[in-house]
Amino acid sequence: MDEFWTGYAVPGIWIVVKILALLVPLLISVAYLTWFERKVMAAMQLRMGPNVVGPWGLWQPFADALKMVVKETIIPTKANPGVFLLAPMLTFMLAIIAWAVMPVGEGLVISDINVGVLYLFAISSLGVYGIVMAGWASNSRYAFLGALRSAAQMVSYEVSMGFVIITVLLCVGSLNLSDIVRAQENVWFIFTPLLPMAVVFFISALAETNRHPFDLPEAESELVAGHLVEYSAMTFGLFFLGEYANMILMSAMTTVLFLGGWLPPLDIAPLNWIPGPVWFLLKIGALLFVFVWVRATFPRYRYDQLMRLGWKVFLPLSLLWVVLTAGVLMAFGWAPGGA
Amino acid sequence: MLIQYIAFYVFAAVVVASAFMVIAARNPVHSVLFLILAFFNSAGLFVLAGAEFLAMTLVIVYVGGVAVLFLFVVMMLDINFVRLRQGFMQYLPVGAMLGAVLLVELLLVVGAMTIKPDIEALAAPMPPVERQSNTHALGELLYTRYMYPFQVAGMVLLAAMIGAIVLTFRVRTGVCKQNISAQVARRRADAVEMKKVVPRAGVSGGL
Repeated sequence: MDEFWTGYAVPGIWIVVKILALLVPLLISVAYLTWFERKVMAAMQLRMGPNVVGPWGLWQPFADALKMVVKETIIPTKANPGVFLLAPMLTFMLAIIAWAVMPVGEGLVISDINVGVLYLFAISSLGVYGIVMAGWASNSRYAFLGALRSAAQMVSYEVSMGFVIITVLLCVGSLNLSDIVRAQENVWFIFTPLLPMAVVFFISALAETNRHPFDLPEAESELVAGHLVEYSAMTFGLFFLGEYANMILMSAMTTVLFLGGWLPPLDIAPLNWIPGPVWFLLKIGALLFVFVWVRATFPRYRYDQLMRLGWKVFLPLSLLWVVLTAGVLMAFGWAPGGA
Repeated sequence: MLIQYIAFYVFAAVVVASAFMVIAARNPVHSVLFLILAFFNSAGLFVLAGAEFLAMTLVIVYVGGVAVLFLFVVMMLDINFVRLRQGFMQYLPVGAMLGAVLLVELLLVVGAMTIKPDIEALAAPMPPVERQSNTHALGELLYTRYMYPFQVAGMVLLAAMIGAIVLTFRVRTGVCKQNISAQVARRRADAVEMKKVVPRAGVSGGL
């Protein structure tokens, strides 16, 4: 019985506590990201934004959540009910489970696995299934067109994202996310010649999360709302939350890969008094602001231009950078050693 | 160890069940979705076996890439389910033969390991996880001992890719295609011509 307690029960409870400690703030941030987006966009367009529910509209996310929960879930008669209901759950779940490997601070990570980057890449590449399944199961033209667009778009941008990750891995010599952050102790990768890759990664992240200016799967002016057309109430809510959770995830990934994760900008007195997770949150916040800023600034891409950008610009550029990085590291003997 | 056993049996059971559903499901899209579930749970089995790199690659390549395109194609096709069932008996002998070959191969592998347990030592030596991570070990093997097969595999894939592009590539005439570099290279002088227009004379300078 002792073995049961020390071997299973206590570690199990500890893991659950760690998961809750990450998940609860994450879900609250997802809710407040919607508020943040509306406020920031309002400020950029000289409007007020939500300001009625609570001080500065701070209770707006909870009002929205309550509205979504109490509305009626409608399943179209011609839909495929199983897949139709599975799709939003899958989207939301994938956006959440990726956080299992995210290092929020030195040693503050639920599962510090050796192949952390690959895990993140694998999970983010699964995101397309939620949308494709939604589009097919809705049995509606608009939804299906949105799903097809989304599938092609996400597969295309994944390729260049993979190459960008490889350039970072070449400089680090490890697939572990904590190791990647530690490798940036002296200088963040965004201040090295990897800067163009950081830009490519961030733009690909916009396309990967189906955000503006690459929101063609939704494109309300042509496809009404794409894969979301037939969804209502909480099924829509899960898609919505999943999309915003994905934005936070992509910002966190960019932070870990290029902005030095939990590290302060300079390792000097007032800056390194601030704990690591605070820096991590600040960097994510800054990137999320850029997400919103881009939405308020750029018009939507045309579909062929989107494909051109992915395949004819980003792919050759990132491939070239992989070759250059590998060449420079080998020529100067800077390549990080094996095991 | 108990947790590992439970996890193994859960993953294995889901793989077998979903693999069965791939051929049993009436709707081809459901078949593909079950195939994805089978891939995913096989990745779980890889993780249990300590092959974390292979597990992640399986998910990225098969689930994130191949299966997406597969699903894409199956969704676009308008498949006649009744006609699909008709050929079943015709293909049964071939399918049964393939199944038998796979079964014999599996029996050979398992049988060899049971009869002669030290045969595992003949396989590529894998250093213990504590000393070297899975990814490093795999990379070292691929780029030293199996360098040539690895390169040949790469060349085969490249040839296949070029073949696919050549087969589907067609030059369409009579379409107006956007030439971005030409658009960007265009200057004001090429596009706008200033004219002094005399009233009642027109641009051509009168009749």
